[in-house]
Amino acid sequence: MPEAARKIRVQCVINGRATTLETYPMARLLDVLREQAGLAGTKEGCGEGECGACSIEMDGALVNSCLVPALQAEGAKIRTIEGLADDSRLHAVQQAFLTHGGAQCGICTPGMILAAVNLLARNPHPSEAEIREGLSGNLCRCTGYTKIFASIVEACRDAGKRA
Amino acid sequence: MRSYVPAYEMEAPRDLSAALERMAREPGVWKPFAGGTDLMVLLEAGKLPHRKFLSIWGLPELRGIEVIPAHVTLGALTTYTELRRHEIIAREFPLLCQAAAETGSIATQNRGTLGGNIVNASPAADSPPALFVYDAELELVSTSGARWVPYHGFWSGYKQMDLRSDELIRRIRLPREKTGWKQYYRKVGTRRAQAISKVCFAGAARVEASRIVDVRIALGSVAPTVVRAVATEKTLRGERLSPAILSAAQEVLAREIAPIDDMRSTARYRRRVAQNLLAEFCEALSA
Repeated sequence: MPEAARKIRVQCVINGRATTLETYPMARLLDVLREQAGLAGTKEGCGEGECGACSIEMDGALVNSCLVPALQAEGAKIRTIEGLADDSRLHAVQQAFLTHGGAQCGICTPGMILAAVNLLARNPHPSEAEIREGLSGNLCRCTGYTKIFASIVEACRDAGKRA
Repeated sequence: MRSYVPAYEMEAPRDLSAALERMAREPGVWKPFAGGTDLMVLLEAGKLPHRKFLSIWGLPELRGIEVIPAHVTLGALTTYTELRRHEIIAREFPLLCQAAAETGSIATQNRGTLGGNIVNASPAADSPPALFVYDAELELVSTSGARWVPYHGFWSGYKQMDLRSDELIRRIRLPREKTGWKQYYRKVGTRRAQAISKVCFAGAARVEASRIVDVRIALGSVAPTVVRAVATEKTLRGERLSPAILSAAQEVLAREIAPIDDMRSTARYRRRVAQNLLAEFCEALSA
């Protein structure tokens, strides 16, 4: 297949740092983050927007980075799993996942945590149903949902403190 | 297999008129690309035959929800999340809100757009049944001007629509006239979130003294496009609710739709469920 597109420069802010990415316009943001920005915390699961493993925040909204063409990241503020901890202090949701064994094989974990952090930012005191809805786009292949759910319930108690 | 990404071009026009000029100058060459929740899936699967896209995601002319006494106008880039959060949509167009809430996941709802859903023209799309019930109209724009068309009739067959290669959808307009109507929406799929529907049903009716004065019914996943069940509506219109009229309407509905066997369900199951949803709708009307 012929190479038709030229690489473009995409300027965005990733985890608080102004960054210029050089890539093809329709490269998946997921790949650009992992391979060019060196942020391999964002995982690829299905690659078609079904599993949520590649969830990141773009301008405050949860998105599947496998479905975002790099060109559309121009000017965006992006937050990945690497941007959640404050120096050595983990985000409340990360800490709760540690305490409750919310991570098993780990592939879904960054996406789960991003989805939970995003939910708590919108709704600091979600009901059980709201937590289930907020996480419904994130699949765990180990099916360890009980501990993931417990981690988020725990993190909710702490949510007001650090959003 | 994944597509070869360097083969795909994408540009971001600075405004709507630049986008339209591009589409007019090279008809059929540049396709609008909104939130990408369908097109990027095709890219990943190696099934995106088109090679040149105009990213319209950043165009403010295609955004926003405007409310005036006669109708609500939605920019084509209105996302499902924006629909869910809008107070007047929630109050007056609850079926649309419900459809938005049942489309994909939160992440999909943040990027998927109403205009994209319409032009992607999946027979299983969740929002079109609701839009049909509300008698939505579409504004199509090109460099030669704008035209409003009724949404019902916009599609002529599987992925076939009344949209020229130099046009795109700018706005979707919903008349604010169904507020007194009883409304019903149900999507049947394998899982509450994410799953694509096996059958999706939206209905609304104005009922006076248990007589159906007027009614709208639309279904997804039962034909090559989302369809309005016009013959079924006609069977019910003007009638008093009764088991006899329901069963007559169910007969008509079964003939009016054309479901198929596919990976998600069977024609037989879909036809039966569509009839059952009609029964549940009628039950809701008498409640």
